[in-house]
Amino acid sequence: MQITLLPQRRQIELDGRRRVADILRHLGLLPGTVMVIRGDSLMCDSDLIEADDAIEIRNVISGG
Amino acid sequence: MKCKRCRGNAEIQVRHHNAAYCRDCFIFCFQRQVERAIDKEHMFSRDDEVLVAVSGGKDSLALWDALVALGYRTTGLHLALGIGAYSATSTQKTEAFARLGGLQLITARLEEDGLAVPTVVARTRRPACAACGTIKRHYFDRLAFEHGFAVLATGHNLDDEAARLLGNVLRWQTHHLGKQQPVLGSTHERFARKVKPLFRLSEYETAVYAFVRGIDYVIDECPNSEGATQLLYKDALNRLEAVMPGTKLTFLQDFLRLGRPRFATEIDGPPGSCGRCGMPAYAAVCGFCALLGDTDTRRSQRVIPASNDAS
Repeated sequence: MQITLLPQRRQIELDGRRRVADILRHLGLLPGTVMVIRGDSLMCDSDLIEADDAIEIRNVISGG
Repeated sequence: MKCKRCRGNAEIQVRHHNAAYCRDCFIFCFQRQVERAIDKEHMFSRDDEVLVAVSGGKDSLALWDALVALGYRTTGLHLALGIGAYSATSTQKTEAFARLGGLQLITARLEEDGLAVPTVVARTRRPACAACGTIKRHYFDRLAFEHGFAVLATGHNLDDEAARLLGNVLRWQTHHLGKQQPVLGSTHERFARKVKPLFRLSEYETAVYAFVRGIDYVIDECPNSEGATQLLYKDALNRLEAVMPGTKLTFLQDFLRLGRPRFATEIDGPPGSCGRCGMPAYAAVCGFCALLGDTDTRRSQRVIPASNDAS
């Protein structure tokens, strides 16, 4: 699967079909600090992302 | 996963409430929480004209959107901070949001006053976030006063408030703890009442609200925020939250209920007036005029070595 991390605009490839929670764990991201978006939809922790899907993981934490 | 409210398919997970919602029900619940916060904390009524500070980010635009949807009378206030492309995009998105909704927007461009944040930072050598905060507070207060607004609403969310609380507790800043609340009443004729209607909604919820409402907000971070202490506090709290959902909300709510009243006597008395600009001040001049003073001093200091070099 193709993952785009925002706001870094970084592209990552991951193999296989995975649950959202597993993807976040794999990338070291805490739940509740990012939105996982496929197309126009938001994904929950238990949702499955297919190997040929493209998703966006958007950081929601801002500060300064 | 099923929506807690309508039992349809859920798209949004709110871990600290151990609940999930479909899009429509999430929007309904988000707006209801905003309305409840406003009513319960006596922030303002539907008769008030509310000035909403909007940066172009998810929180402030989500707040403005929710207030408009709930039928409150609002005007936006945007400060173009002059931080390069980041500020240009922020202003463009704020103006586009206002235009699309047919909303009133006041925009102040700091560059036009010679006070773009990078310029001030270069002249004073103050930390960017400190200088920016001082400038923003002054402009918010002054413009609210000049335009006759009694209420100023900001998009501070649960994560902002919990991180601020953690910072205040770690240093036992008792006078700040006494003042930390979702409503700060007016203590000076030139101070608007400051309110934070999103204080019980997490940063995740405001981002999700902005997304599902189709709000085009600035995703990029302010370039000055890299390494900001607030982000460190947020990270620490989010690590706790991942293991114990609800930690941030309980931390803040219990502080407001049990902790803050104990620090209420630590609050400074009402401010006087700044000897230069007349705005509220806790010293002879306000923080903003002191910053301008630093700017002038640094500027004159820079001239001296230049003339020495010439001789």
